[in-house]
Amino acid sequence: MYQIVSKKELNPTVIQMEIFAPLVAKKALAGQFVILRVDEDGERIPLTVAGYDRERGNVTVIFQTVGGTTMRLQQKKVGEYIADFTGPLGNPTHTQGFKKVCVVGGGVGCAIALPVARALCEQGAEVTSIIGFRNKDLVILEEEFKACSKNFYMMTDDGSYGREGNVCLPLRELLEGGEQFDEVITIGPLIMMKFVCMETKKYGVKTIASMNPIMIDGTGMCGCCRLTVGGEMKFACVDGPEFNGHEIDFDEAITRTRAYADFEKRERESACNLFKKEVR
Amino acid sequence: MPSKFNMQPLKNPMPTQDPNVRRANFNEVALGYTPEQAIDEAKRCIRCKNRPCVAGCPVKVKIPEFIAKVAEGDFEGAYQIIAEDSSLPAVCGRVCPQEKQCESVCTRGIKAGCESVGIGRLERFVADWHNKHTKNPATPAPFNGHKVAVIGSGPAGLACAGDLVKMGYGVTIFEALHVAGGVLVYGIPEFRLPKTIVQKEVQNLKDLGVKIETNVVVGRTITIEELKTEFGFEAVFIGSGAGLPRFMNIPGENLNGVYSANEFLTRSNLMKAYEADSRTPIQRGKRVAVVGGGNVAMDAARAAKRLGAEVHIIYRRGEAELPARKEEIEHAKEEGILFDFLTNPTRILGTETNDPRDPAYGWVRGIECVRMELGEADESGRRSPKEIAGSAFILPVDCVIMSLGTSPNPLLKMTTAGLQTLRRGEIAVDETGKTSIEGVYCGGDAATGAATVIKAMGAGRIAAKAIDEYVQSKSK
Repeated sequence: MYQIVSKKELNPTVIQMEIFAPLVAKKALAGQFVILRVDEDGERIPLTVAGYDRERGNVTVIFQTVGGTTMRLQQKKVGEYIADFTGPLGNPTHTQGFKKVCVVGGGVGCAIALPVARALCEQGAEVTSIIGFRNKDLVILEEEFKACSKNFYMMTDDGSYGREGNVCLPLRELLEGGEQFDEVITIGPLIMMKFVCMETKKYGVKTIASMNPIMIDGTGMCGCCRLTVGGEMKFACVDGPEFNGHEIDFDEAITRTRAYADFEKRERESACNLFKKEVR
Repeated sequence: MPSKFNMQPLKNPMPTQDPNVRRANFNEVALGYTPEQAIDEAKRCIRCKNRPCVAGCPVKVKIPEFIAKVAEGDFEGAYQIIAEDSSLPAVCGRVCPQEKQCESVCTRGIKAGCESVGIGRLERFVADWHNKHTKNPATPAPFNGHKVAVIGSGPAGLACAGDLVKMGYGVTIFEALHVAGGVLVYGIPEFRLPKTIVQKEVQNLKDLGVKIETNVVVGRTITIEELKTEFGFEAVFIGSGAGLPRFMNIPGENLNGVYSANEFLTRSNLMKAYEADSRTPIQRGKRVAVVGGGNVAMDAARAAKRLGAEVHIIYRRGEAELPARKEEIEHAKEEGILFDFLTNPTRILGTETNDPRDPAYGWVRGIECVRMELGEADESGRRSPKEIAGSAFILPVDCVIMSLGTSPNPLLKMTTAGLQTLRRGEIAVDETGKTSIEGVYCGGDAATGAATVIKAMGAGRIAAKAIDEYVQSKSK
């Protein structure tokens, strides 16, 4: 059992939680993920590490309440416990030896992009952050990004905050303007990462994308998280979760995330019904 | 006065659930002998002098002795004899390939038309009897002051931990998943090995003093080096198994509806996706192709059948070459699994829609196969299959389960400097399980590649002995 030590709503659907898991906290690095189960009969879901406090033994996760499991997790209060919390899994982000890096985050993916941006900044890289959201209400972690970025670009799809448009817009302008990044790191919705990678490919800028496919065990056992990268089958859990974005078959990855769409819809509905009842 | 031996040529049949009933439920198929059936079967053993069965057993269970106790009706006495050599009798009695081991050499089975003694069935009976009737938990041996870490709680790890704790070692098992049992819980289905039996075996070890830490992925959460230096374990046993699934590298393997057998079974067994209210989804295909002919393929096929599908097993060789246990093949046939022998997949076909927004986009619609014929025997003696030209055909299916074997998990190799491995990622060991790192031992599928529960258990026990010798020699 793993205790929830803090909980904060970053926006109406995005929650930040700190979980007491000292062994995981001791090892976690930016780019890695954990697998958790909310309760005894729960499913296993992967969440990327959003932060860690090695001294207190806490690991921070940030999640969007998109399905039954994340809604159940959202219901948990500070002081309560979740059944399982395993990690850190996957390979950490390579953050050393860069001079100039651009971090491109989208939506809740920004929660994962932030520790990467921080780690890069701490290693002495000049960080340009471009983060995008659907609208003003969904914006998270703005100040935190500003604190570790030399250049910062805020985008919203509807223009209700920052600049209107998607993250590719400032990225394209920067690249067109001759900005030389050692690397672009992108974390967010698959479709966004796909377009970021298409953009950077034109300029031959090395790009890393952080993948978050459906997983069960997270240790290489089931093969559920397989992707095609450079024409080869890769397992996101042990070979990734980060890959060369120019080699990822994003269309296949997008299709694979929809494998259980019907089931997930039913789960979400049943969780909604359940919690509405409790609220009343 | 009953005669001393029962000279019936055939085994007492195993009572089983009716195939028409069981193919729609996940309850155990074989129901086990009654005490009367067990005694009757035990009397078929004629206590021959050369005891070939013992030599046929990977852990050398004293088979004639335990069977003699069963014949006398002393079932607890029989259990104690088995327990001297086997750590998991209730498991092995169910999943061992006895027809290739002890029973294959039984004197009673030599003559044509005769069957061996039902050794596996008797072992299962004895273990179940013990588990049902023995209420006193085992008492821990006094701690000898030495700590050993065991990585993985599958058959190898459980057996190694069991032996070491009985010698007085402080044993901690580190398990990556949220529940102990390894392949016994994620791989082998409920209908073949009920999970309550695995839990019982795990509880027995806990009663003996074994600590089990779930949710610890050694290599990631803790390294082997830290186990030795920071956590004070004097030796480490690696029983991490062979979990990495293989695929065929044919087009279409990443379509939705294509599973590795590991994934399909993990969803079904570990995550209980077969239950109506499970939070973990699984595809309930209408027509499923299972590619492969091993025990895992049979398990996956029979699980898919229970989820409501018409199931085809596609195997590139013939029926005689099927590597699965005979009993599993028979059970599968009884349940209506269809076998497409001498057939090999060449690609998996996706739905015809090109519109990614169409919910049907990216799903399996069929599997293209070619017919095969068996050629000359190769060096290994197996006749290798050859494609028959122009024989391609399409089997329409909505789900494909790839059951082509597994490789050792690469995580420890990736994260442990100095740990030598072989060509396919197997951890290199000597005959005692010693690896290239001092104080680190390994056994089971992690060292051999995918094999059997009993072989893993045997390797765990050999390593336990070697670990004991190592620790004792060091502390002198």
